[in-house]
Order: sequence, then structure tokens, then C-alpha cells
Amino acid sequence: MALKTFIEAVREGLREEMVRDESVIVLGEDVGKKGGVFLATDGLWTEFGDDRVIDTPLSESQIVGTSIGAAIGGLRPVAEIQFADFIHPAFNQLVSEAARLRYRSNNGYSAPMVVRAPYGGGVHGALYHSQSVEAFYTHVPGLKVVVPSTPYDAKGLLRSSIRDDDPVLFFEHKKMYRSVRGDVPEGEYTVPLGKAQVTHPGTQVTVIAYGLMAHYALEAADRVAEENISVEVVDLRTLRPLDKETVLDSVRKTGKCLIVYEDNRFGGYGAEVAAIIAEEAFDYLDGPVTRIAGPDVPGVPYNHVLEEWFMVNPEKIADGIRKLAAY
Amino acid sequence: MAVTHTDPATKPSKAQPKATPKKSAAGSALGADLGLSSDDLLEMYRLVALSRAVDERMWVLNRAGRIPFVISGQGHEGAQVGITWALEKGKDWIAPFYRSIATCLTFGMSPRDIMTAQYATASDPSSGGRQMPGHYGSHEHNLVSVSSPVATQLLHAVGLALAAKIRKTGQVALTVMGEGSSNQGDVHEGLNFAAIHKLPFIFVVENNGYAISVPLARQVAGSSVAHRAAGYDIPGVTVDGTDVLACYAAARDAVGRARAGDGPSLIEAKVTRLTAHSSDDQQTKYRSEEELAAEKANDPVPKFRAQLADAGILTDEAEERIKASIVADVDDATDYAESQPDPQPSTAMKWVFAEDWPSEAPPPWGLGE
Ligand SMILES: Cc1ncc(C[n+]2csc(CCOP(=O)(O)OP(=O)(O)O)c2C)c(N)n1
Ligand SMILES: [Mg+2]
Repeated sequence: MALKTFIEAVREGLREEMVRDESVIVLGEDVGKKGGVFLATDGLWTEFGDDRVIDTPLSESQIVGTSIGAAIGGLRPVAEIQFADFIHPAFNQLVSEAARLRYRSNNGYSAPMVVRAPYGGGVHGALYHSQSVEAFYTHVPGLKVVVPSTPYDAKGLLRSSIRDDDPVLFFEHKKMYRSVRGDVPEGEYTVPLGKAQVTHPGTQVTVIAYGLMAHYALEAADRVAEENISVEVVDLRTLRPLDKETVLDSVRKTGKCLIVYEDNRFGGYGAEVAAIIAEEAFDYLDGPVTRIAGPDVPGVPYNHVLEEWFMVNPEKIADGIRKLAAY
Repeated sequence: MAVTHTDPATKPSKAQPKATPKKSAAGSALGADLGLSSDDLLEMYRLVALSRAVDERMWVLNRAGRIPFVISGQGHEGAQVGITWALEKGKDWIAPFYRSIATCLTFGMSPRDIMTAQYATASDPSSGGRQMPGHYGSHEHNLVSVSSPVATQLLHAVGLALAAKIRKTGQVALTVMGEGSSNQGDVHEGLNFAAIHKLPFIFVVENNGYAISVPLARQVAGSSVAHRAAGYDIPGVTVDGTDVLACYAAARDAVGRARAGDGPSLIEAKVTRLTAHSSDDQQTKYRSEEELAAEKANDPVPKFRAQLADAGILTDEAEERIKASIVADVDDATDYAESQPDPQPSTAMKWVFAEDWPSEAPPPWGLGE
């Protein structure tokens, strides 16, 4: 085992998949010589050359649309959208095309491809370099949506995503790129899509989170442990298809559930999780299914006071846990 | 290349009198300068006429209440057959659009394939009855599945061309759409990328002068899509889309450039829309009776027929034979589609993904068992 940063794990996953399968290509803005604005693809162009690491023009719909075509043509494209905030110009290609291709052709066609995008706030990125966009895509049948929280999972899930026969959106929290380290084993391993993980066992309150919030949930669990509140943290890892089993098993055990997401609250991904729990675990609940999520404003403000106000953090989560535990 | 297009079933048999093609003023037989034999020309004519006949049958069935919706290719067939003929069937790629009936038939789909799409049967190879008619597609025949938002397919063809270049397959990818659709941003993004990377890509615009009701002058600044090619430093030509051989020639040049590694080309084929936009449109609201009457003179079917007859290629016997085969094909396709079962709700949750996921559950009312 070696301790690696989150972004090193992403880079290694990409590199090893490119070595393993020559149909894997990487394309996006500045991914070539520069290695991406966050350096996720650093070194790949030198190793694999122009054909397999393509600096695209500044055109997101093209990045996604040509990836679909290239996937039909036998490649396994891994597209990088420089910031998740700028994936919106490609919305139509993702939603109308990538997601629907297999279904609309009755399995005649598919688009095995990955779209990676750094997301999330807390990095002084303001409205347009902080967004969480997962809810737009988890809503759409036909897209898989993955949000890893550890270097181990990032590498293992990226491998599985590249090998998957359907389009996968792979969101990486940019604040974790260099701040989160973890053990990454040598050699080949994968982490399966569609499987959540209990990262902190507990008995009284289930906290469901993903991405950066999965770390904050663990910190919150430690804080309230001192107050004798036992929290079980579930890291979803894949948002769609959702691992309902693991979620429902935990909630049926604890009887209380708090869902944490960084995106603004209204209509966010956690709302769907809450609805599923209400429908399928109602008999087990000892309190309302609650959410701690971002405020409903159109973006993360730049000023640090305002940004801190916006961001969900361990203390805000701990407060949510305390309220729920008191039921 | 054209050998692959000749359908043995309709090839003139030895027993039948061979046509003796008349020489043109220049002394060569029609099509000879393009490398087209008289058998090629007869097969091209068959495809043009077959496409029209399938299309006309669709409207009859619509009026008879058998199928709820028609979107037509009438007026576009000449351009479609001429251009598609320049590609290699079973090798190259086409990302078509909703008027591409003749394109699909030329590239290998059958009248049954087209007709089952109108009836949305379980056996419809385009979508198994999931999509509206007109949304053709066939992996078997390298025809990319059509969706409804216009122009998205351009990027798919560009991506196919990228894959062909990287994988060195020698394939060419072509896409086609109307002139109104050519205003979408994806067209710019795709042409720019294809031109930068000199991809083996061909962009065809079937310009019929209207995008539903909005005329060319209100759709395309300067009224020429072909001129836009200059902005990407790629060749852009305008051809008479009712002239099958001119379309073939333009496409053959573009295919030649693509295969030689010289990059993309744009072909704007001026066609006419002989029907309303679709069976839900009333075109007399925005097109005058005089205009509609005048457009009939631009019908590619009688034009091509006359051209081949004048050249002595389409003899009366050949025409009778082709006509009979087309009537039989269209009747067969209709009867077949009429007989085919609907898709069942038990299959409706299939193929969201490659595999089934237990968490992707059916609705409370189940799957209709
Ligand atoms: C993105 C999008 N906007 C609107 C429509 C509705 N629509 C379908 S066809 C069409 C007109 C297309 O005109 P043109 O591209 O000239 O092709 P034509 O139908 O004339 O062959 C419109 C507006 C659509 N399908 N997709
Ligand atoms: Mg038009």
C-alpha cells in the first residue's frame, strides 16, 4: 500500500486503463501537454501521444458528442469537462443522446464512455467554479453517476467506469484532489459500480453522504460520539444506480436518517434518497428523514464569509445529527 | 465501390434484353465518366423510385388511419441515393435524419425495416417501436440511431470519423440534416473539430428551403450553408439535389478527400420538400399554391427516370420490371408490418443499461403481466 492523493489515484487509474486497453482515449480542454488544469491527466500525453490524449477546442458539447460517436466507433473515450460548472453546454448530448442511445435503439447501440468533471465548493471558486451538478444527471435513466470520496475508491471506480458498457458521469470533488490522501494498493483492483459502503458503523442515526460530504459526515460522527450518539455513515459512491439495499439496511437498523449533500437542497439528489426511505422503510423510522444541504441560492458566493455560510461542514452536519438523535 | 450496391435480385438477368446505352454528345455513355455502369444507374433508379413508393404508401396508411404519423423524404430521394452511393456499404458510417428513407434503403435497410418503424412494431429494427416513425437506425448497416433534437448527430459522425482515424480503419463518416438544423451550435462545434483534425467526415445539408414553416431567408444568413465551409477552411459545394449524378459526383469527391486524409467536406444539396413538413403540418398556410405547383418540376423521380430513359438505359422493359418489384416490395413490407405484434410492457424496462439493476424498479402497476 502506498499513500496517494485523490488526484494521483485518478491519474493512475486513467494511465493504467490506457495501458491495459488501447481503445481508451482521453479528450478535453488542456488535457494534453498541460495535463489538465488540475493535472489529472499530467504525463499521459507524453506517454500516449496525440491520438490518445486529445486537446479539444473549447467546446463542451463537441467533447461529449464526439465521445459518443467515438464510442460507437469502438473507442472508450474518457472525456474531461474542465469544471462541472461548464458541463451545461453538453447537457443535450448527455441527456438526449448518451443516456437514451441504448434504450431508443432497443439495444442496437450504446455509448461506453466516461465524462469526468471536477465539482464542488469550498475552494473560493464562486458561482461558476463550485457547482454540484449531480442531480441533473441522476434524474436521467441511462446515465450512471459516480462520486468517489477516497483515493482507493477513485481509482477502483474509475477503472470500473471505463470498463462499463454505458455512459458514466464521474464527479471528483476538487477540494479533495490534494487534501485527501489514502491507501492505494499496487496492482490491479476495481471497485464495483452501484455499491455503497458503510464507512463508520453505528446504531442510532444513519448519515448518508457522498464525495467531500462523506468525509465531513465521518468528522461529524466523531464529534457526536463524544456526546454518546452512535452514527452509521453510508458513503454512496455510486448515486445511480443507487445501492438501495445498503441504504435501507442501515436505516432499518438505526431508525433515523440524515442525508447530506453539498448541492442546494431543493430537488437535490438527497431528496430522492429521502423519498425512497420514506416509501420503503417507513415502518422502521423513529424520526423524520432530514437533510443537511446547501442553501437555495443560485451559486456559492465568492466572499469567504459568504462561502463559509454556504458550505455544509462537519459542525452543521453534527447539529443535524443532534436534532435527529433527540427524537 | 459500387459493386456492393447491386442487388442480384433486381439485376437484369441474361434472358432479358440488354439495354444499349446511347452515347452522350461527348461520346460516352451516361455515368461512364463517373465510373457508373448502366446496372449501377438502374439500381440507383430503383432505390429512388422504391423510396418514393414506400413514402407514398406511408401517407396512404396515415390517411387510412393505420399509422398515426408520417414524416416524409419526398423530394429528397435523388440527393440521398446519389450521395449514399458514393459510400461503401457495410464499412462507412452514416448518421442520418428523419427524412433519410432513401439513405437508409440505399445503405442496406429494407422496406420492411422502414415500414415496421411506421407501425412501431416489436420487430422494428430501428427502435423496437420505442421511437416515433422517422427515427431510423441500424447497427447492422452502420446507420446511427436517429433522435429528435436536430443536429446532435453531427457530433456522433465526427466522433466516428475520429475513431476511424485513430483506429486506421479507412472508414468515412457522413451526416445529414436540413438547412434549418444546420444553425445549431453543435454544427459549428463539430465542423471546427473535424476540420482541425482533418477527419474523414462529410457534412451533407439537404436544403429544401424550409424549416417547417420558416423559409431559408429567415434561417440562414446569406442563404448559403455551403459558404460557411470557408470558415473552417474546408471545401463546401452546392449541388442540384434533384440531379442524382451531380450529387453522386460531389459525394464521390468528398469521399476521395476523406479517404486520402485530406479532411472533411460540406455538400449542400438543393432539394424540394414535396409534402408538408409532416402529417401534422398544413403547408398551404405558409406556401402558395403557385409555389407548390412549381416545385413539382423539381421532383427528382421523374427527372431521373427521364434522364435514364433518354440515355437508353431505362428501357420500357426495365421500367416495368423495376415497377413490379417495387409494388411487390411495398406490399410485402406493408403486409409484414401489419402482421407484426406490438412490443409488450414486459420489455419496457429493458436496455436502460446493458444489465438490469434491482434498484431500477418497475412502477407500482408492474410490467403488464
Ligand atoms: C433542437 C430542436 N428544436 C426544434 C425541433 C422541432 N423541429 C423538428 S424538424 C424542424 C425543422 C427542421 O428544418 P430543417 O432542418 O430545414 O429540415 P427539414 O425538416 O426541412 O428537412 C423543427 C423546428 C427539433 N426537432 N429539435
Ligand atoms: Mg429544410
